[in-house]
Order: sequence, then C-alpha cells, then structure tokens
Amino acid sequence: MRRLFDPINLAALGSALSLLVIWQLLADAHLISPIFFPSPLRALVVLQRRLADGSLWLPLAATSLRMVVGWLLASVVGIVLGAAIGSSRFARDLLDPTLEFIRPLPASAVIPVAILFLGLSNAMSVTVIAFGAIWPVLLASVHGFATVPSELTNVSQALGFGRRDFLRKIAFPSALPDIVAGLRVSLAVALILAVVTEMQSSLPGLGWEIFSAQRTYRSADLYAGLIMLALLGFLANHLIMLLEWRVLRWRNLLT
Amino acid sequence: MRRLLLGAIIPASFLIIWEASSRTGLLTLESLSRPSDFVVAGYGALRDGSLLLATLQTCETALLGLAIAAVIGITAGTILGLLPTAERVAGPTVEALRPIPAIAFMPLALMMFGFGVGLEASIVAYACVWPILIVTIAAVRAVETRLFEVAAMLELPLWKRMTKILLPAAFARINVGLRIAAAISLVVAVTVEIVLNPRGLGYHLILAEQSLQIGLMWAQIVWLCLLGYVLNLVLSHLGRGPAAVWKPV
Repeated sequence: MRRLFDPINLAALGSALSLLVIWQLLADAHLISPIFFPSPLRALVVLQRRLADGSLWLPLAATSLRMVVGWLLASVVGIVLGAAIGSSRFARDLLDPTLEFIRPLPASAVIPVAILFLGLSNAMSVTVIAFGAIWPVLLASVHGFATVPSELTNVSQALGFGRRDFLRKIAFPSALPDIVAGLRVSLAVALILAVVTEMQSSLPGLGWEIFSAQRTYRSADLYAGLIMLALLGFLANHLIMLLEWRVLRWRNLLT
Repeated sequence: MRRLLLGAIIPASFLIIWEASSRTGLLTLESLSRPSDFVVAGYGALRDGSLLLATLQTCETALLGLAIAAVIGITAGTILGLLPTAERVAGPTVEALRPIPAIAFMPLALMMFGFGVGLEASIVAYACVWPILIVTIAAVRAVETRLFEVAAMLELPLWKRMTKILLPAAFARINVGLRIAAAISLVVAVTVEIVLNPRGLGYHLILAEQSLQIGLMWAQIVWLCLLGYVLNLVLSHLGRGPAAVWKPV
C-alpha cells in the first residue's frame, strides 16, 4: 500500500490528470476546436452512455473475436512451421527463401488479394490478420526450436527418443519462452489489422465505429471508440502476460 | 547451390502450375490473372513511370514521418533517460498512449490535416516514435557514469556534453531503435494509403484491385515485397557497417 502513495506515483497520476484538465479547460474556453478535440468529459459521457445502452459492446465483441481467431490461426501455423524450420535443415532450405521474400510485405497489402478471393467478409479479415500476425510467432519459434541447448539434445538421444517425442517433450518446452514472447507481439499486430480491415471493408467493429464517427463529425464518439480500443489492447496484453506467467511457472520453480 | 535450388522449388513450381493451369483452362477464375500477365503489367507500370512515382510518394512520406518521430523520440528519450524521476512521472501516460494502434488515429488525423502528406506522415510519426523513445531511454541509461564524470571534470557546457559525450556513447543503441522504426514506417505508410489516403503505392494497389486490373495488382504486390526486402537489407547493413558508430566531427 505504501508504494501506491509514493510521491512519484502520485506525481505520475497528477501529470496525466493535469493534461486532461488542461485539455478540458481549453475546450471549455473554446480555445481549441471542439470538432477536433471535444472535451474529455464529453467523450467520457458518450462512452458511459454507449456502454449503458449497449451499442458499444457489439463492436467490441466483433473486434475482439476477429483479433483472437486470426491470432489463433497465426499461432498454430506459426508454431508448426517454426518447429519444422527450426529443427530441420531441409525444411529451412526449402521454405526460408520464400518466407524471407514474403515477410517484408506490409500485411495490409494482402487486403486487396483477400478481398478478391473472399469478398468483404469476416473470412477476409481473419485471413489478413493471420497473415500479418504469423511473422512474430514464426520467427520466435524458429529461434526457439533452433537453439535447443545441446545438453537437452543429448538427453533425448540417451533416452532414445524418436523425432516426435523429441519435438514434443524436449524441443517444444525449451522453445516455449521464445514462442510466448512471439505470441504477445502477434496479438498486438492482430488488433491493429482487425482495426485496419474494419476500416477498409466496413465490417462492424471498433475500427468501423471510429471511422464512421469521423465521417459524421461525432468526434466525442471517435474518442470513446479510441478509449475502448486502448483498453482492449491493454487488456489483451495483460491477459497474455498472465498466460506467460502461468505457462512458464515451471521455469521459475527451477531457479 | 543445393540451398538455392531447394529454395527455388516452392515459388517456381507455384508459378509454373498457376501459369499452366490458367493457360490450359483448368483455372478459369477471372480474378486470378496469371503470372505472365503481371510481368507485362509490371513492366508497363515501370515504363510509364507511375510505379516509380508512387514509390517515391510513399517513401518520402514514410521518411518524413520517421524524421519527425526521430527528433521527438530522441529528444524526449534523452530527457527522460537522464532524469529517472521525470521518466517515472511520464511513464504511465506513455504506457496509456502506446498500445493504441496508430491506424486508429487516422480519422482524427484526417479531420486535422485533410488528405495528403500531413495525414500520412503524422500517423507514421505516431507509430515510429515509441520504439525510438523507449530505445533512447534505455540507451541513455546505459551510458557509463564514468563518462559523465569526465564531462563534469572537463567542465563541458551542457550542449557539448550532449554532442561530445552522450550522443556518441548512446548512438549505437539508438540506431537499433531507428532501424525498427524505419521498417515500421514503410508498413504504416502503405497501410494508411490502402485505407484512406489517395496517393502512393498503397492507393495504386487498392485502385488496381477495384478496377479489376488484377495483373497490375499482383505486379505491385511483388514490387512491395522487393521494396521491403531491399529496405531490410539496407537496414541490417547499416546496423553492421561503420554508420553504426557515430563519428563526432
């Protein structure tokens, strides 16, 4: 409890709050345009109203669902491909050049292709999200599987493990810290792409809420949407940190 | 040699099967186009200059945003890195702003700047400022305290302390943040163009798709791959080369 009321923490809170208060005062005095910067109070009132009447929950759920499904898809494919590339030279030589060429492509550049094949649909959005979110987890798991400590490899040889057992019982747990770190970055990318695809293709969600709020000059709604997005990003990041702690607890027990 | 051959198997067979099945009529989907079409379309776009102009537009905006982010990020990062108290005070505000996807500010930036360079550069700058800021804070922290003692003993004025001691010592690390940001800047610039801004590569890409010039669309995607690939090469080269070390004049 003492840490919470540390003067520096209070100052941190105070500086964040004073920014908001300055903004509020400037808006009240009409020194900044209410069209661009509605006062924080107005944005909060809109946020509270829209949370109460339920009109923000559906977009929030839609965006979260898109983000999670695309991210799960990317995770599964990324870990499997990463395991193959990281543990076999043949797979690496076969796949690496192709992947290295596609990787620098901005994920949003896949949107036109995805629209051609899948139309303006959720499947399109999820595909684009998966394409963009795969790279962090793929690179991380390649690294994880390629750097299994040699003692562990020796142990699995001594135990006469087959390839499948080695990958599942030795290499995967050893690569897990890398993989989880990659998953975290992937989730952040997934949220960004969920918003991008919603804006580009008018799919219902927080991205579209923000976009249409701007088009109709409801800037308080725009800020309400931004706040919800920030909360979603924050929450997603913390959930996966919790997962990281849970999954990697055995490592902390060892030391 | 073996690696080269193995690496070529997947893309080569993919393209050959695509071309062959489209020629023989196995594939009749209009939207697929065929590899030979996009070579022709890409050559045409290169010759009439439209592809290069779009590339120039995208790159200059990405660079402008990156430059803005670098100035803000390095300045603020140096201040916050030197004053740990200030960093702890500003920390929560930074952490609250950082997770908001830069793209989400697009509608706001559109209201403030209208279509054009300002809209795109401001979004790129927002996206790029965070890695630069965070790396700079860490870099300034990691500078040996002994160097500051030297500066104090030489009674260097603040400005010289910055340019002769601090920046040279921290630059190798700051450079890492700049390289991360450079890769982000191109991605964000193209994304803004695809969603909103009517200029540059992203816009031409979405335009080609919407006007069903599928060959041109594929050509631009391959072009974007190449562009990103070259950018990555240049950046990783900069990381290793002499440019990584600051030479105070």
